[in-house]
Amino acid sequence: MSLLEIHEPGETPLPHAGEGTLAVGIDLGTTNSVVAIAREGTPAALHDETGKALVPSVVAYPSSGGVLVGDEARLFMAQEPKNVVASIKRLMGRGAADLHTVAGVLPYEIEPGTGQTDMVKLRIGGKARSPVEISAEILKALRVRAEAALEKPVERAVITVPAYFDDAARTATRDAARVAGLEVLRLVNEPTAAALAYGLDKGSEGLYAVYDLGGGTFDFSLLRLEKGVFQVLATGGDTALGGDDFDRAIAERLLAERKKDGLGDTVDEGAVKTALGLARQMKEQLSDREQTSGRLELGGVPSFHAITRPEFDAMISSQVKRTIEIARHVLADAGMKPDEIQGVVLVGGSTRVPLARTAVAEMIGKPPLTDIDPDEVVALGAALQAEALTGGSDTLLLDVTPLSLGLETMGGLVEKVVPRNTPIPVQLAQEFTTYQDGQTAMAIHVVQGEREMVDDCRSLARFELTGIPPMTAGAARIRVSFAVDADGLLTVSAEERTTGVAQRIEVKPSYGLSHEDMADMLYDSLDNAEEDMARRLLTESRVEARRGLLALDAALAKDGTLLTPDERGEIDAARERLETAIAGDVRDEITAAAEALETLSKPFAERRMDRGIREALSGMSVSDLETRVGE
Amino acid sequence: MDHFARLGLPAALDLDAGTLDKAYFAGQRQWHPDRFVAKAPEERAKASSEAAALNDAYRTLKSPIDRAVYLAALKGVEMPADGKTIDDPDLLMEAMEAREELQDAATVQAVDGLTAKALADVEKALKGLPSLFLANDRPAIRKTLLRLRYLDKFAEEARARRTNIERGTR
Repeated sequence: MSLLEIHEPGETPLPHAGEGTLAVGIDLGTTNSVVAIAREGTPAALHDETGKALVPSVVAYPSSGGVLVGDEARLFMAQEPKNVVASIKRLMGRGAADLHTVAGVLPYEIEPGTGQTDMVKLRIGGKARSPVEISAEILKALRVRAEAALEKPVERAVITVPAYFDDAARTATRDAARVAGLEVLRLVNEPTAAALAYGLDKGSEGLYAVYDLGGGTFDFSLLRLEKGVFQVLATGGDTALGGDDFDRAIAERLLAERKKDGLGDTVDEGAVKTALGLARQMKEQLSDREQTSGRLELGGVPSFHAITRPEFDAMISSQVKRTIEIARHVLADAGMKPDEIQGVVLVGGSTRVPLARTAVAEMIGKPPLTDIDPDEVVALGAALQAEALTGGSDTLLLDVTPLSLGLETMGGLVEKVVPRNTPIPVQLAQEFTTYQDGQTAMAIHVVQGEREMVDDCRSLARFELTGIPPMTAGAARIRVSFAVDADGLLTVSAEERTTGVAQRIEVKPSYGLSHEDMADMLYDSLDNAEEDMARRLLTESRVEARRGLLALDAALAKDGTLLTPDERGEIDAARERLETAIAGDVRDEITAAAEALETLSKPFAERRMDRGIREALSGMSVSDLETRVGE
Repeated sequence: MDHFARLGLPAALDLDAGTLDKAYFAGQRQWHPDRFVAKAPEERAKASSEAAALNDAYRTLKSPIDRAVYLAALKGVEMPADGKTIDDPDLLMEAMEAREELQDAATVQAVDGLTAKALADVEKALKGLPSLFLANDRPAIRKTLLRLRYLDKFAEEARARRTNIERGTR
């Protein structure tokens, strides 16, 4: 193969030296993938011999051996369904626990023992395969296509990811590229890439939005375009909202109609798949027709169905409404109003649904922009960025973090360190302190999400900072730094700063959020902000009360003899009452019990102070005392 | 280097959004990691930390409230850490009353009314800041900034409340 180039280990070709190597842009999609190249600022999608730009994101491992990708792989779906994988993007960076929500939809066999603390693996053709290697097959196929079309080796790429992709999924995407022999120049968010393609093509300036409704995900980004600067102001999304939901709505109706007509109501996985297939066809027809009809045959029994556009619109209206609601939140995050938007760029095949278009037009009061193919626009933007990164350009892409990053603090609360929509790269730090006297280690728990409580956010990484010199509670200063790079990848480090004996630890989260979880977390936070506030106050009072108890116990252990048995009994009883209150959920009760205990133990505290002063003064001469006082 | 110096701007309360953007974009044109993809690892690391510092400066100076808090800190006015109890009794009273009003607000219109009032209060408080800075009246600056921070948070809570009412969850 003339296309192979061999390098010494550790040696990579110099970016400008490799005249023959090109950098491409790749949209690695859930349903379809596209590879594109830009030359002198003009991007073009690369087609196969038949003129098709879209490569179905389907991989087959036929029993006869070898690997097939795209349309060829899809052909095997009927013959060897167990050896064919589709929608692998949904499993990137995910564990077994994340699969529950989609297990009914994804016909995958999970490799036993995987996905507990690592990414889940699939069992295909008797072999365990990870989402990374399956995605790598798609990337390899795209690379081959590009090399065939360009007649040059292709070794570097800009790859797009959903704006809402979490850290683990981004890392997994990078790894897949490496497996495919591609150096990733940059991971770019899909809506941002689309804006780049659109803005550069049209020379637009002002405030633009990207409404990206794909097969399984929705992203909405707000950008400012100005003299070659593409500045993302805010982004939001729902990664369990897309064209698949529309198919499902139609399929459910088809099956319900059959049931009503007495054509059998036993529905197995195969029936659902067949119904979904017809549903997708009918949905696509309804994009440019007022009504459509179809024939569904299950178990040899045919049924005939008709759907009008208004009926379809009614079926999907709640989902479309949700996209608009998300868009409004993104606008509010950026402090903008809909009428300030110059235009909305539509991205993703599902934006062909007329109701989605109407809803977008209604929100901003002008028709959305559709003059670039919504299936190709993301890859075109990626290609432009690939050219900019290798050849240099005046274009500047300024992107943001999609979700807040923070740490668990006392009582399971989240302290946000990097708020969502912070421009990247970013490096922010926060100081924390110890909670107990003599504490020498501190557990650091990194979470992602918008909620106030750790349990409602997604855990990204846990590690322990050890070797903290024993100090009194609150004296240590632990500085935890979060660095998010231009690819949106997070690194966390921590050090103790009082002593100068800085123990430094770096963690790259290896295991991330599921798509659905991320969206749910964000929207739950809007739903639950009030409740969260009450919970935060309750937790804070609990933490405060426990702190008091710890101090009291320490004092009792040391100076308990200063109390009469009666006094001790009263304090113990009040202590008990506070413990009970802490175990309960009523903030006022905790506060009241804490106050009661404090009042009761006041004489004790005074006696301790007296003893402390007496001890400090014993053995001192009067002159010592005078110097002391004079200090 | 402080945030103002990093962006080549005078350390002042009043900062035009367009001027800030221009300075920020110029900085990012020089340091954004996208410009250093083909460079040596040390250069890339340097660019990344410069770009991160620019982003931090931009984010802080862009918000009038954060900018004022930052400038006050440069002048030695220390604010309590975020999330700590409010130590100003007047403000505490104001906050408690406002929170009650927000709890009782049952319609979007009612919430919008409270938000508008909070935002008007923000404007008013911001307008009062320059003279306090001029007089270097630190206690008054601190008091005003605490209130601004609270009002900002209140507006955020009102937004959450509004969403809940719109969705009919409460």
